[in-house]
Amino acid sequence: MNLTLAILLIAGFLSPLSASPRTTLRSSALLRSTSPRVPASLFPHAPSPSPPIPASSPGVLVWGGDAEGGAPYVEADPADPSRLRGFDVEVAEVLARGLDRRPRFLQVAFQSIDASVERGDFDIGLSGVEDTPTRRERHAVTIPYFEFREVLAVRAEERGRYTTLRDLSGRRVGTLAGTIAYDILLASRDRDRIEVVSYDDDVHPYTDLAQGRLDAVLLDNIIAARSLKRVPGLAIEPGPIATGHYVGVLARRNTALRDRIDGILRQAMRDGTLERIFRRWEVWDELQRPFFQRVLAQQALAALPTASPSRGSAPSAAIRYLPALLRAAGVTLVLTCLAMALAVLTGCAIALGRIYGARPVAALLTGYVELVRGTPVLLQLFVLYYGLASVVKLPAFVAALLGLGLNYAAYESEIYRGALLAVSRVQLEAARTLGFSEWLIFRLVRGPQAMRLALAPMTNDFVALLKDSSLVSVITVVELTKETAIFAANIGSWALPGALCAAIYLALSLPLSRLARRLERRWSAA
Amino acid sequence: MTELLAVDALRLARGSREVLKGISIDVARGQLVALMGLSGCGKTTALRSVCALEPFDSGSIHVDGISLSPGPVPPESRLRELRRRVGMVFQTNALFEHLTALENVMLSPVHVHGQSAGQACENGIALLESLGVGSRASAYPRELSGGEAQRVAIARALAVDPPLLLMDEPTASLDPARRGSLGETLRALTKEGRGLLIATHDVDFARDFADRVCVLGQGVVVEEGPPADVLSSPRHAATRDLLQHQPRHDA
Repeated sequence: MNLTLAILLIAGFLSPLSASPRTTLRSSALLRSTSPRVPASLFPHAPSPSPPIPASSPGVLVWGGDAEGGAPYVEADPADPSRLRGFDVEVAEVLARGLDRRPRFLQVAFQSIDASVERGDFDIGLSGVEDTPTRRERHAVTIPYFEFREVLAVRAEERGRYTTLRDLSGRRVGTLAGTIAYDILLASRDRDRIEVVSYDDDVHPYTDLAQGRLDAVLLDNIIAARSLKRVPGLAIEPGPIATGHYVGVLARRNTALRDRIDGILRQAMRDGTLERIFRRWEVWDELQRPFFQRVLAQQALAALPTASPSRGSAPSAAIRYLPALLRAAGVTLVLTCLAMALAVLTGCAIALGRIYGARPVAALLTGYVELVRGTPVLLQLFVLYYGLASVVKLPAFVAALLGLGLNYAAYESEIYRGALLAVSRVQLEAARTLGFSEWLIFRLVRGPQAMRLALAPMTNDFVALLKDSSLVSVITVVELTKETAIFAANIGSWALPGALCAAIYLALSLPLSRLARRLERRWSAA
Repeated sequence: MTELLAVDALRLARGSREVLKGISIDVARGQLVALMGLSGCGKTTALRSVCALEPFDSGSIHVDGISLSPGPVPPESRLRELRRRVGMVFQTNALFEHLTALENVMLSPVHVHGQSAGQACENGIALLESLGVGSRASAYPRELSGGEAQRVAIARALAVDPPLLLMDEPTASLDPARRGSLGETLRALTKEGRGLLIATHDVDFARDFADRVCVLGQGVVVEEGPPADVLSSPRHAATRDLLQHQPRHDA
């Protein structure tokens, strides 16, 4: 479980910092996040490890993108998976041709594009990379080559009901973590009282919307249009919430190449090459022509501001975020307590069934324990929340509670079973000679002694559960760790949010450990 | 003299090994019978059969009008009358470690026999006092010495006033002085009309305090009679073995 937790924490921490608009499968995102690449945004002031020497051998333009679930940007050709297709693939070909080079693709996790290009792994990142002030500040960014709109998707029968963010006051709105859309929603969370639900992929927001778990989804119109084809019963509100642009991202010092590429992009806008590409991929719309004209007229286009009103002042941000952090700590605490209660009750039942139950019952319970202990809790959470959604639509909190509770029940049951078996047989026999029924023996002799033995490992598990509860952010529950990640993404640094988050976790877990030690002392004295 | 316990032709095998090959033991009211033999001769198994912890294959056990028949041990719900009549003191005492001495004694009267807590407490204290451990009533088992724990275990077994008391190796961990005092205590119990069946290999103890000894060897009773006869002029090799393998006690 520790490994899973580690992977998840890495993934959870990284994802809000760099956008991943087209990661279809969370599991793949997880695996990719374990790569040693760390986004530069984690260490904004760290020096580059090496000068950005273009990775390409002469005559080659190496471009980085994420082909995983990336239609229509970059994806493996279904007819021939060894080949790539998508409008970004064709844009890269245009750029390479203009530079008189051959394009070569490098697969890179979306979250890592910024850091990877800065390391010099490839010349340019092209994968629906959004134009943001942060990116402009930290990297060399090309002129924008596509204009997209952040649009609201709603259930078809509710069309017209929510056309602005204000209409969604008190409603649940989902999006992909780490995108501009996410920043927009976070900014309006306090203003409009929107309940922001973040996802780590762009498929589940729409399926959850169709199933009624969300009231709207805010994402790029391209992603929304694609999802509408897959998920029936949805509609897109025509009015855009915001407008943004895709850019190519290069290493900060690579401005010479960036300037040449800007020239090629302008030429492709003028001569209709880009329009042909976008039309072929059915993403061309009435926005693009005036957008091209503005770009060609050298008008400065504002990067869509991310929600960072006070990037420089972390302490004041901390004060602003403290109520939200404490609220999230409340979610963590309530979830942990309820899940532990469920784990204790279920664990007791399993332990008793395995010791006292008939053979088939015991075998069944043993199977359950092995299954639960042998599979990642992350997988169990996914199955409960998404896998079962067609059968029973569990609210996220309930799925989190069941997932954690039933998972920990397996571990608790082993503690109780061991503790029950540790009570000496001769005491049980003595109780029999005194005329106790099996139930009385359990209630008066075996149970009380087993409970004393189980107390210490149980407390350990309680503290572990407190921390493992951060896993449930993958099924959209915003608890302490997730809220901290939001905070960190917002102020662009992990130092203060991380310290605050750790302090709150400690404030919750230390008294627990102390209480347990006191109980243990009292009971071992008894 | 009416027989309190009558074990008749008791046979019992564990796997392919015959542990008891048809033993018969009687204990009358007011009598202390020592069941003797070297380790592994089946003394403990015989006691466990009498208090229905161990199933037996053939023969019969009668305790004060209650009989046990061969085959699996019946469920506890059908053993209530037997439990009321037979008290058992295990070699390791087997006190409930999470309860005080008094709570150990009170547990069965309150929860099995429906006594009020006040009544059970009063009886329990009286019982502990009569056994010389009244001052230890609120001590936990791990705070008791071996001898004290044994007396608490005796009190616990006697709490519902069973006419028959079984004890497994009661002198195994006692020094001679305490052995003597335990003997006196047990003699006092026989004066109340109780029957005691005590598994022991302690010849001195049997000679000093038993009314009768039964010597077990190879799963059968090889010799039986007053201790003066059996232990002074043993006729069977098993008895002579037993006499030769005595731990030396200082007088």
